[in-house]
Amino acid sequence: MMFWQMLRFALGGLAANKVRSALTMLGVLIGVAAVIVLLAVGNGSSVAVKDSITALGTNSLTVSANGARGAATAAKKLTVADAKALATATDAPAIKSVAPVVTATATALYGNISYQPGSIVGTYPAYFETSNQKIAHGDYFSEDDVLNSRKVAVLGSATAKQLFDTEDPVGKRITIGSTPFTVVGVLQTKGSTGFNDPDDVVVAPLPTVQNAFTGFGSVNQILVQATSAERTTEAQNDVSRILLGTHAIADPTKADFRISSQSSLLTARESTTQTFTVLLGAVAAISLLVGGIGITNIMLVTVTERTREIGIRKALGAPRAVVLGQFLLESTLLSVLGAGLGVLAGLLGSHFSIVGIKPVVIPESVLGAFGIAVAIGLFFGSYPANRAARLRPIDALRHE
Amino acid sequence: MTEQQPPVIQIRRVIKSYGHGDAVVHALRGPSAPGSGEPLGVSLDIEQGDFVAVMGSSGSGKSTLMNILGCLDVPTSGRYLLDGIDVGHLDEGQLSLVRNRKIGFVFQSFNLVPRTTALAQVELPLAYAGVRAAERRRRALAALTMVGLAGRAGHKPNQLSGGQQQRVAVARALVTSPAMLLADEPTGNLDSHSTEEVLSIIDGLNAEGRTVVLITHEDEVARHAKRVVRLVDGAIVSDVRQAKVSGPPPALGVGVGA
Repeated sequence: MMFWQMLRFALGGLAANKVRSALTMLGVLIGVAAVIVLLAVGNGSSVAVKDSITALGTNSLTVSANGARGAATAAKKLTVADAKALATATDAPAIKSVAPVVTATATALYGNISYQPGSIVGTYPAYFETSNQKIAHGDYFSEDDVLNSRKVAVLGSATAKQLFDTEDPVGKRITIGSTPFTVVGVLQTKGSTGFNDPDDVVVAPLPTVQNAFTGFGSVNQILVQATSAERTTEAQNDVSRILLGTHAIADPTKADFRISSQSSLLTARESTTQTFTVLLGAVAAISLLVGGIGITNIMLVTVTERTREIGIRKALGAPRAVVLGQFLLESTLLSVLGAGLGVLAGLLGSHFSIVGIKPVVIPESVLGAFGIAVAIGLFFGSYPANRAARLRPIDALRHE
Repeated sequence: MTEQQPPVIQIRRVIKSYGHGDAVVHALRGPSAPGSGEPLGVSLDIEQGDFVAVMGSSGSGKSTLMNILGCLDVPTSGRYLLDGIDVGHLDEGQLSLVRNRKIGFVFQSFNLVPRTTALAQVELPLAYAGVRAAERRRRALAALTMVGLAGRAGHKPNQLSGGQQQRVAVARALVTSPAMLLADEPTGNLDSHSTEEVLSIIDGLNAEGRTVVLITHEDEVARHAKRVVRLVDGAIVSDVRQAKVSGPPPALGVGVGA
């Protein structure tokens, strides 16, 4: 009951000076909104970087044969059997999928158009997921196609454009080398990442490519996909351990294969985005602090201005706690209302893309910013409120 | 009957001084001790139901006396018993309780809370006393009716005349039914018509048995009191009874302007 009374006094106090209250709230509002939006931008850029790295296949490891570097014994090549060993290993939970890869080069013909794709890849269907190749049109080839060595192919978007231009390639027959292939699907465009264009590719079942081009010997690479970006190191260790086993090598330093991953990229990503987010957060925190000082400032002015009123209230028997409560509530209301509006503004602002980054709101930042703003209101309001409560009634009444 | 009751106010050898050492100034000092010249302090008893006017020119210590009587200020030395309670031993919280329950203030400059309606003004002491909203409203309206301002309950101070503001202040002072009404030059800022209005309300309150201590420097105002105490330089120089404590105030119903 006394609380509601104090709340009414506090609301009355705020309403008495609407412009000043609104401006003070604006300070807190800007602080809270800045924290939410800037952290969302930091988080958004982190998500964007993560996405672009994932698009390149952050989860993927590439195992390739070590070109007999000064080794006396002939380095054992990677085989389909190695891939099977990785795929069937039960003690490697970090490995999600495995795809052996052979590559060849040949010229593709469609009608009277002749074009040489960047590479002809012979692999298993798991390749698509591992290398993060998604189908845009048509379908992937299946395990069944692999088992039966069917002459089907999935084209990269660049290759499809070269051979078919605007025509729909799905169902059409093309000739690669001297083997006819039926096109079953076209991949989504990934975008070039440097020397080799991942979109300029023909993907076909492994045995078909081996039969037509490379022969049934070794494979060029084995693509391994880890269950998540964070587990690539674990997957890498698993792959290393299993292959050392199948190749019967005791000393890991003499391994006849090498595993490359994007983990270095991952680490770089983490450190840069973290620095970015921390910097943005610090700037936002400063503006929140400034908002808090604004509350102290305005509350001090209010207390000085209303010294006489405080004196009257004390003469009428207002206990110290009630005067303290009234002014503390006033400052807390300023911060709560300001922070509430700041949360709204922050969430609203996060809907727009800022300098090309789509902000992603961190829920903790909303709660945190709101909580800190309210705490700031209490903390920065307590000094002026205490000053008001400690005034002696006689001094307060004499104040002009 | 009133003879048996203890005095509502008993002050004993109260001294109030400001400053230190050679610069010390006694706002209240009482008579000087023979020989040493040390101040002996002011002693005064006020009976239940009395109407006392404290008179003196500015600087005579009458406002200091009023602040001490109202528990707004504490004496440098001496004892003050209000309704039998030694106020000197109370802490801040208890003092605010005493101000709330036992004393009703009326100030020269009205001292209404700005931007607050008359009704809310009068409810204020009840709110601090923890009275429920409905009860508060009822009692506040009754008090406003008593001072003839029931129709102005929703007005804010800047919408009221000086006399009306002071009547709101009187209503606020009496709403808690305090043991004593303490008025510090209540008519100092009012025209003669409003002065009569406010004084007749105070007369009426005293006629109903409320103890009134009124500070003034005007003889016209002091004429309303049953007893007149004069202060000069912080000491009581005269103490004249104009009417019996148990009787009605002398000026009741014979207002000059009315």
